[in-house]
Amino acid sequence: MEEVQLMKGNEAVAHAAIRCGSDGYFGYPITPQSEIMETLMAERPWETTGMVVLQAESEVASIYMVFGGAATGKKVLTTSSSPGVSLMQEGISFACGADLPCLLVNVMRGGPGLGTIQPSQSDYFQSVKGGGHGDYKLITLAPASVQEMADFVELGFQLSFKYRIPCMMLSDGVIGQMMEKVVLPPFKPRRTQEELLEQCPWAATGKTEDRERIVITSLDLDPYRMEKKNEERQSRYRLVEATEVRYEEFMCTDADYLIVAFGSAARICQNAVESLRAEGIKVGLLRPITLWPFPGKILAKYAEKVRFMLTVELNAGQMVEDVRLSVNGKVPVYHYGRMGGIVPTPEEVSTAFNKYL
Amino acid sequence: MSNPIIDPKNLVYEKSKVLSDNTMHYCPGCSHGTAHRIIAEVIEEMDRQKETVGVAPVGCAVFIYNYLNVDFAEAAHGRAPALATAIKRLNPEKLVFTYQGDGDLAAIGTAETIHACNRGENIAIIFINNGIYGMTGGQMAPTTLEGMVSSTCPNGRDVAIHGHPLKITEMLALLEGTCYVTRQSVHTAASVRKTKRAVRKAFENSLQGKGTSIVEIVSTCNSGWKMTPHQANLWMEENMFPYYPLGDLKDK
Amino acid sequence: MKEEIIIAGFGGQGVLSMGKILAYAGLISEKEVTWMPAYGPEQRGGTANVTVILSDSKISSPVLNTFDTAIILNQQSLQKFESKVRPGGVLLYDPHGISSPPTRTDIAIYTIHAMDTATEMNNTKAFNMIVLGAFLKIKPIVDIQAVLTGLKKSLPERHHHLIPMNEKALQKGFDVVQKA
Repeated sequence: MEEVQLMKGNEAVAHAAIRCGSDGYFGYPITPQSEIMETLMAERPWETTGMVVLQAESEVASIYMVFGGAATGKKVLTTSSSPGVSLMQEGISFACGADLPCLLVNVMRGGPGLGTIQPSQSDYFQSVKGGGHGDYKLITLAPASVQEMADFVELGFQLSFKYRIPCMMLSDGVIGQMMEKVVLPPFKPRRTQEELLEQCPWAATGKTEDRERIVITSLDLDPYRMEKKNEERQSRYRLVEATEVRYEEFMCTDADYLIVAFGSAARICQNAVESLRAEGIKVGLLRPITLWPFPGKILAKYAEKVRFMLTVELNAGQMVEDVRLSVNGKVPVYHYGRMGGIVPTPEEVSTAFNKYL
Repeated sequence: MSNPIIDPKNLVYEKSKVLSDNTMHYCPGCSHGTAHRIIAEVIEEMDRQKETVGVAPVGCAVFIYNYLNVDFAEAAHGRAPALATAIKRLNPEKLVFTYQGDGDLAAIGTAETIHACNRGENIAIIFINNGIYGMTGGQMAPTTLEGMVSSTCPNGRDVAIHGHPLKITEMLALLEGTCYVTRQSVHTAASVRKTKRAVRKAFENSLQGKGTSIVEIVSTCNSGWKMTPHQANLWMEENMFPYYPLGDLKDK
Repeated sequence: MKEEIIIAGFGGQGVLSMGKILAYAGLISEKEVTWMPAYGPEQRGGTANVTVILSDSKISSPVLNTFDTAIILNQQSLQKFESKVRPGGVLLYDPHGISSPPTRTDIAIYTIHAMDTATEMNNTKAFNMIVLGAFLKIKPIVDIQAVLTGLKKSLPERHHHLIPMNEKALQKGFDVVQKA
């Protein structure tokens, strides 16, 4: 019997990380996600599963601890919030350049700069367009519930190891701080070293006589070889785009209008859609679950039948650009957003929508 | 691997199997080659090639992994101790070491260095201090001596502008987490033997879980210093050693 | 059944934990639940509020503009949330420290002298449970037994000896709540 529990999204990430057999967590406290490390420290998984939990001296150190752990094939994660994730960008680029699997969680808060500690979605660009230097992508999952924050831990690891691309769970202060019902994933033991060697033959695990030494690096001074490496990586990106798109549709089948929103904004929009439907307006909600790969094809399909699309985001208009690219001018795409940590209410969304009717 | 030039019965010294056959890119006279050889010999003598994961820096030694035949992870500039922390904690049976220059360890990576040492991570840190940024072409390092010329202090380091040369090894010796802190050199046969003993001790400490070991190797960069190798060795003895005196700072 | 509640007051009054206990009681009663705090630097004396939703069906937005019930524990929160109660809804407040009481006539207004009652009980920590008791008298959306079980879940084990006291406080709230 699965136990239904009540907890915050942040706490759910911590429990899910232990349960899915993570080898290590490295992080630095920052609001609004500090409960993740606090929960891990209180649970003391090093005494049960053997999972390492370490409070680093900075987000810079955290991401490089993740890099080090991932270099040896371990299942490692770090979590932070916007300013901390900015500090990690160098390491994220390095991990992408070295093709290391790992899980990153950003519980977004308002920015730029120190900003506020209130919820925001203004790190969309940073996550899906590459916040650091170089041509790279992060598989970006956007949870809209505490349940998804728990479920996306293992999903993120699976995708990340499958494609050797770091995975970002892009959450926000609403989903991280909110408590709701959750069924935690079942306990799964950590991989044995034999399983690790089988799964990650590329990892730096110590040079044995049957193979050449392994070097985990993003460096190659020969531009021709570097281009080849990039091409190989890009081909993996195309594969992810072809096979891993995830989204959820709510009342879309007969929709004349489409709202597009992710994460907490999608929850608010769902409420708005319910009340607009009650007034007889045929509006649907499409919620991208993967922000990269972006569900552009389904949006292009809806562009054939809806009159307009409205993106609702807790930012100045970021995902709206990807929606516009997807529909390629077929229908107008509008944006409604609040910034700086303000979370719009369903009524505000309805009012914004009605302006375009 | 037969070598027709040397009759095996005349062979008195052989290159370590942990050293690869790649030609080193270091300048003639540079200390890195000797330091690499010492590490290779110690790993071979300890029979730990299979259990070793090294962490490479950014700096002249960025390609150390081309010369040592062990698994490596390449860190970003300054972050080697953070990588090594996680590698060792997640693989406690491994021999984990970092190899870092003065810019890497004592400027951009100061925080990672101090905190790894303070946590007493069971890693060995090999610290090459030549008082200059070699790879990028001779800029000032945190350890550049007062009055010493570099491309970013062409009139000599002025402490009023640039601050003082950083005695980071002394700082690390103060930390509870370090178990062995020593300063050595590799410019004479005797000093090479002493440095080899120090590296061995540091590696054994890592395996025994005694805490963090730091082996600073005061080195020359004759290209950056714009001297001949011989002049550089003399200059190091006269100028570097008084400010960075050799010997054990801590051995517990 | 769907009940959308805002609880607002000072940090240190037990606003968030009252919401948590109610949410746990909802969980035990097999309802859908969300608990969304207006979080901030944790400090006593700052303002604190939490939105709690209990529903028979899946909850979409955890963030709302208007509420079925507002539970108000200081003047600032009264000013902020009186207008956010839906017509026909409930406003429950503790008159302690309230200088200008609510004026709306299209909602049901109740008072709970929780601060005074807690002082009489010689237990200021019982304050939020008195308020919760008062709310459950007005809107019995979960039963007391579920609340007590919820309390057990949200309290660390070392505080479980306080449960009988909390039960008494709930009962007291039940008894002293008044229609304004």
